[in-house]
Amino acid sequence: MSAVPVAVPPLVHGPRFWRRALSHRSFAVGSVLSLLLVLAALLSFVWTPHSPYEIDMGLKLLAPDAKYWFGTDAYGRDVASLLLVGARSSIVVGVVAVGIGLIVGTAFGLVAAAKRGWVEEIIMRLADFGFAFPAILSAIMLTAVFGPGMVNAIIAIGIYNIPTFARITRASANVVWSREFVLAARACGKNVFSITMEHVLPNIMSVLIVQATIRFAIAILAEAALSYLGLGTQPPQPSWGRMLSEAQTLMFQAPLLAVFPGVAIALAVLGLNLLGDGLRDLFDPRLARKR
Amino acid sequence: MSIFLFKRLITLIATLAGASVLVFLVLEILPGNAAQILMGPDASPEAVQALAAKLGLDRPPLQRYQDWVVGMLTGDLGLSYTYSTPVSELVLERLSLTVPLALMAMVLTSVIALAAGIYAAARHNKLGDVGVMALSQIGIAIPNFWFAILLILLFSVHLKWFSAGGFPGWEEGIFGGVKALLLPAVSLAVVQSAILARITRSAVLEVMREDFVRTARAKGVSRPGTLWGHVLRNAMIPVITIMGLQFAELLAGTIVVESVFYLPGLGRLIFQAISNRDLIVVRNCVMLLAAMVVIVNFFVDLLYAAIDPRVKASDI
Repeated sequence: MSAVPVAVPPLVHGPRFWRRALSHRSFAVGSVLSLLLVLAALLSFVWTPHSPYEIDMGLKLLAPDAKYWFGTDAYGRDVASLLLVGARSSIVVGVVAVGIGLIVGTAFGLVAAAKRGWVEEIIMRLADFGFAFPAILSAIMLTAVFGPGMVNAIIAIGIYNIPTFARITRASANVVWSREFVLAARACGKNVFSITMEHVLPNIMSVLIVQATIRFAIAILAEAALSYLGLGTQPPQPSWGRMLSEAQTLMFQAPLLAVFPGVAIALAVLGLNLLGDGLRDLFDPRLARKR
Repeated sequence: MSIFLFKRLITLIATLAGASVLVFLVLEILPGNAAQILMGPDASPEAVQALAAKLGLDRPPLQRYQDWVVGMLTGDLGLSYTYSTPVSELVLERLSLTVPLALMAMVLTSVIALAAGIYAAARHNKLGDVGVMALSQIGIAIPNFWFAILLILLFSVHLKWFSAGGFPGWEEGIFGGVKALLLPAVSLAVVQSAILARITRSAVLEVMREDFVRTARAKGVSRPGTLWGHVLRNAMIPVITIMGLQFAELLAGTIVVESVFYLPGLGRLIFQAISNRDLIVVRNCVMLLAAMVVIVNFFVDLLYAAIDPRVKASDI
């Protein structure tokens, strides 16, 4: 159903790779934006311009100025501080949800490629089945049963990631299994498990890293949408999606409130997407030449 | 064709059956006693038991599942706990908004994406191509609900051309209905078409490098003639694949965008049902959305075979 990569380039870490990386525009811009996202989240643990939790109705809806760079919200909280702390929610949800998809999906994909036959058929049909439930549908089901919350959002996005990683891993691993060095390893008497761990997995790592970066961006978008709907991160923990939902009720009084969190989400997603594109080109220059 | 169709039909039925089991397990068995959830933790055991008996929740799970599936096939989805009206009526009423919205968004997506993708491929590595690619990269990064909010800011708050939300109903006239759905459809389409434009461009470029295209040009077919007569049909396979997958995202997006514009569609019904703990409505709506995704992908599979007979041949 989805396009899958057929080329499985190895990971390259030599000085030439890094020289190429630094001169690659997508990779450079993507790295800077992604680094800014991580730095913003880390910085928020030790410093924010003001407290993101302190409510002061006397300061509500202030326009941006030297003291409050992006103004204040309807509760008098500093928007810049809320944005910094909001980066944490995005990163936590992104890392854990992609981690779930990566670990479970890759395991299924590796088993499918190693076993082939009916095991592969069952795993792939299950992966097809997973596509029927976008992250929001899974989140709706979990919320209806357990109530809204960040953990349920993470689980929903994580489950949504599993079929993608399973399909990509299986397609890439099948290519590696057909290589001569795997045949040589089999001839030497290595079992399926050690070939998978020592030869297949390291050779598909680059594909998985690229995919994880792109799925991270998608997870940030999904978390924002779920928080906007009230199904994700809950108050008082700041989240960019919920900031947008609160701002929407004040569009006539303070339109800028609806702009800043959106820009933050878009920059974070843009950065990760560019980083993913850049990594793909760097790991497999043949693809870059084709485009 | 018949073996191909038969295999696809079996897969479709198995997927729908699997989805129904999953939805039933999560939304009927996992929560425990739905009557207790509905009445809250303070309700007396007698009252809970009486409601459970009234709603038929005291029957064995397998019997309930069987009744639900038979009900879905015959159009009887049961009664909503909170509205006390048939769920099928509620769903049909809301679908009259969600389906036109999804279709409008899909048509807009296809038009924008195909035009932009083909234009970029025709201007490969020139300014137009770079511009389309840069715009699409930004489009992919923008959350659709934020883009919807920006459209409201521009067209409703500043220009006052459209209302900021709500739906007048189809009985007030088609023009009013379409106008109310235009901004939501655009907000969904712009983001989706950014993805599809990139796929279209790569697919067209890939086919343009094929030998048969060179042959067509060598025998004197014009560039536009080659593009429309040879390249596009072959480039459509990956484009249609992604369109099928995008439909799921589009439906999910519809749920979110309905909330932005306060549209009384299926998405709003689900959220109201969640806050009212009306699990029977949530269960049927989730199943319906999942079924729509599966069925659209089934038709996409059939469409492949129609466009590229090799797909059919390899599958038999």
